[in-house]
Amino acid sequence: MNWLPTSASTFAPEVDFVLWLVTIISVVSCILIGFLLIYFVIKYKKKSDNDQTPAITHDSFLETLWTVIPTILCIVIFIYGYVYYDRYTTVPQNAYEINVTAKKWIWTFDYPNGKKTLGELYVPANKPIRLVMTSEDVLHSFFVPAFRVKQDVIGNRYTFINFTATKEGEFKVYCTEYCGSSHSNMLAKVHVLPELEYLKWESGESAKTSKIASDMPLDQIGKQLYSDKGCVACHSIDGAAGVGPSWKGLYNAKRIFTDGTSAAADENYLKESILYPGEKMVEGYGPVMPSYKGLLDDAEITALIEYIKTLK
Amino acid sequence: MSQSHSFDKSYLEDGKGFKSWFFTHDHKRLGVMYLWAIGIFFVLAAIASFLIRFEHLTPGQTIVDAQTYNVLFTLHGAVMVFLFIVPGVAASFGNFLIPLMIGARDVIFPKLNLYSFWIYCAGAIIFLIALAAPADTGWTFYTPYSIDTGANVILVTFGVFVLGFSSILTGINFIVSIHKLRAPGLTWDRLPLFCWAAYATSLLQVLATPVVGITLLLLIGERYFGLGFFDPAKGGDPVLFQHFFWFYSHPAVYIMILPAMGIISEVIPVFSRKPIFGYKAIAYSSLAIALISFLVWGHHMFVSGQSKLINIIFSVITFAVAVPTAIKVFNWLWTMYKGSIELSAAMLYSLAFIFLFTIGGLTGLFLGALAADVHLHDTYFVVAHMHYVMIGGTVFGLFSAIHFWYPKMWGKMFDEFKAKIAFVLIFIGFNVVFFPQFILGTLGMPRRYFNYSPEFTTLHQISTYGTWILGIGFIIMLYALLKPISDKAEANPYESASLEWSMPSPPPTLNFEKIPTLTASTYDYGTKLEQEA
Repeated sequence: MNWLPTSASTFAPEVDFVLWLVTIISVVSCILIGFLLIYFVIKYKKKSDNDQTPAITHDSFLETLWTVIPTILCIVIFIYGYVYYDRYTTVPQNAYEINVTAKKWIWTFDYPNGKKTLGELYVPANKPIRLVMTSEDVLHSFFVPAFRVKQDVIGNRYTFINFTATKEGEFKVYCTEYCGSSHSNMLAKVHVLPELEYLKWESGESAKTSKIASDMPLDQIGKQLYSDKGCVACHSIDGAAGVGPSWKGLYNAKRIFTDGTSAAADENYLKESILYPGEKMVEGYGPVMPSYKGLLDDAEITALIEYIKTLK
Repeated sequence: MSQSHSFDKSYLEDGKGFKSWFFTHDHKRLGVMYLWAIGIFFVLAAIASFLIRFEHLTPGQTIVDAQTYNVLFTLHGAVMVFLFIVPGVAASFGNFLIPLMIGARDVIFPKLNLYSFWIYCAGAIIFLIALAAPADTGWTFYTPYSIDTGANVILVTFGVFVLGFSSILTGINFIVSIHKLRAPGLTWDRLPLFCWAAYATSLLQVLATPVVGITLLLLIGERYFGLGFFDPAKGGDPVLFQHFFWFYSHPAVYIMILPAMGIISEVIPVFSRKPIFGYKAIAYSSLAIALISFLVWGHHMFVSGQSKLINIIFSVITFAVAVPTAIKVFNWLWTMYKGSIELSAAMLYSLAFIFLFTIGGLTGLFLGALAADVHLHDTYFVVAHMHYVMIGGTVFGLFSAIHFWYPKMWGKMFDEFKAKIAFVLIFIGFNVVFFPQFILGTLGMPRRYFNYSPEFTTLHQISTYGTWILGIGFIIMLYALLKPISDKAEANPYESASLEWSMPSPPPTLNFEKIPTLTASTYDYGTKLEQEA
């Protein structure tokens, strides 16, 4: 069974080297100690109450041996850990900078040309990337297992991750600093594109959601967007309570707002709530949802609404 | 209490009823009460952990919702750390054993010892009241989440603050007792290693605990009065809170593990009929570990945003603490060499300690190495590592102690066979629970996750099944211990050379009718060899 995730950055094989190194040292030490334990227990098993035992209290040679060898091993492990860490933290030249903002429970990415994405990070392959990250509320942590990179994200301060992706594809992002009830749903994806394709994406020429086939039914596209765009962090689809209202049975349900008025959750209401979530606040919920204006196009909003309609 | 007949009545029979216990100055009774208290909290926190594991049988919701899950892991962590494992071995067996081992009639400040126990009770009660609106911050109370959350953070942290005083006062009591009350002839180089370990632990308690007290006070001030030490919205620094917190909580790891190391340094020689190997190395490495442990807190924060240089320095010091730990493992191992080994239940737990603690220690090397920690930090790898040290180490050490000193403490004998069956189940169950978590961690499964990706399901399920084996093991162990097979225990059933076995079991209230004078080491086993240097 595989014990390491896909390796998709220049840093990943270096981390894996350290992991293998320490694993080998650990397994050998464990076998040695486990073997001695069992061997001694069998060999020196008590035979009678009159067993004669030698009163050995120390042995300079052995004690030196088991001081020096662990010391050397520790130094070796430290050096490898340090050298690769140093390489990882050194700011690469001509790094392509992307700003990352964390907020309960969604990641927002701002690109140099003004483009903005939510819950999905797009990067070109084989180009050094530098993420400049900050938080709008509590601590979060940006973790991409396939890249072996992780960094806490803090309010009122910037923290950084450098990486160069080596594999094209889609990789998971986890939040790894506990941040509340939807912590484990604060997920995102990194899309690593070939450089040319990335440039096209950046300039808006290519279909940005390339994985969504054009012949997919709308509600299926909506289902995909639900997890890709971070809706999943706050809205359940099974009626479970969350930070935001569940989508189950939401369509056409009567909504009572904080100002006392009410309305049915029809198509237009749902679209308004996606674009201007602060306009009509439902009783019992706080103003925490970000506006998706500019982050979803009209076709995507329609797809999401179609998906909500299927959740009865 | 009458003291006139305190040499012919056992401490258990000298006075009956609630008052004779709750107002006692007797270190043995206090030790026994601590043992019951930590036992109850261990069961409470263990139940929380069983629910946590049950929840992980499937991705998404299995039995509880996300918020309840967050409360459960906070409850599990906070109760295990502050009410069970920090007072743990030191308060229970430390109290019971130190005066017996050093040849004294009690600790040096018996009244203060009682007050420490009362403070522990007060802290525990505050903790329990806080459960009415349980905190959801994790046991680490990281800011700014702990400032923002609606839960009852103030009461919980105040409980921890109060419990801290109990630790500090107990620590002072032990340090002074070991300095001033050692029997004639019990020089420092004859002092039982359990006392050395308790001494090192006490130093940590006295020096480190005030820091967490102050930190939690600041947090309370932050929540109550809106002071801005740690709140980035007010220009404060949340990472500063982590520095303060780990400045205590890392030494606290050694508060938890050192006494357990002391226990197995007592158990292994007795059941090997050999003097402890490398006495001085073990004794001094306890002190070395205690001192260095003050300088490694930053290794909890390699990805927190602290500076690169600081990370490198903390990584170096962390590896420095690994070496004395490795030395201890080899010393325990070599104590068995050419011995006459008897596999009693207590010995089994001690041997398991060596093996599991080795795994716990070695996996610490992964986390100390900077490049590897970037990947492994805050994943299940850390969870597994920590539990190998805390259960495989401390709890197995505690179980070893409970079995080993059982005849002395209760004057009864338990059924070794049942206890060994329990041991086998606990050992297997523990590994089934936590070993898969190392792999979950290297694969990238973050900790404190209510929900998880479907690809992790199998490993999570194996881990959960392990808790059932572990649970059955605990129940059999409790059964074996609560149903003794003999109401009479010899004074010294294992022919130990240590002082606590020189009196009847259970000991009389004032321990020694005549304060003993020592002429030899307390590890006086085996035949001296001519050629030995």
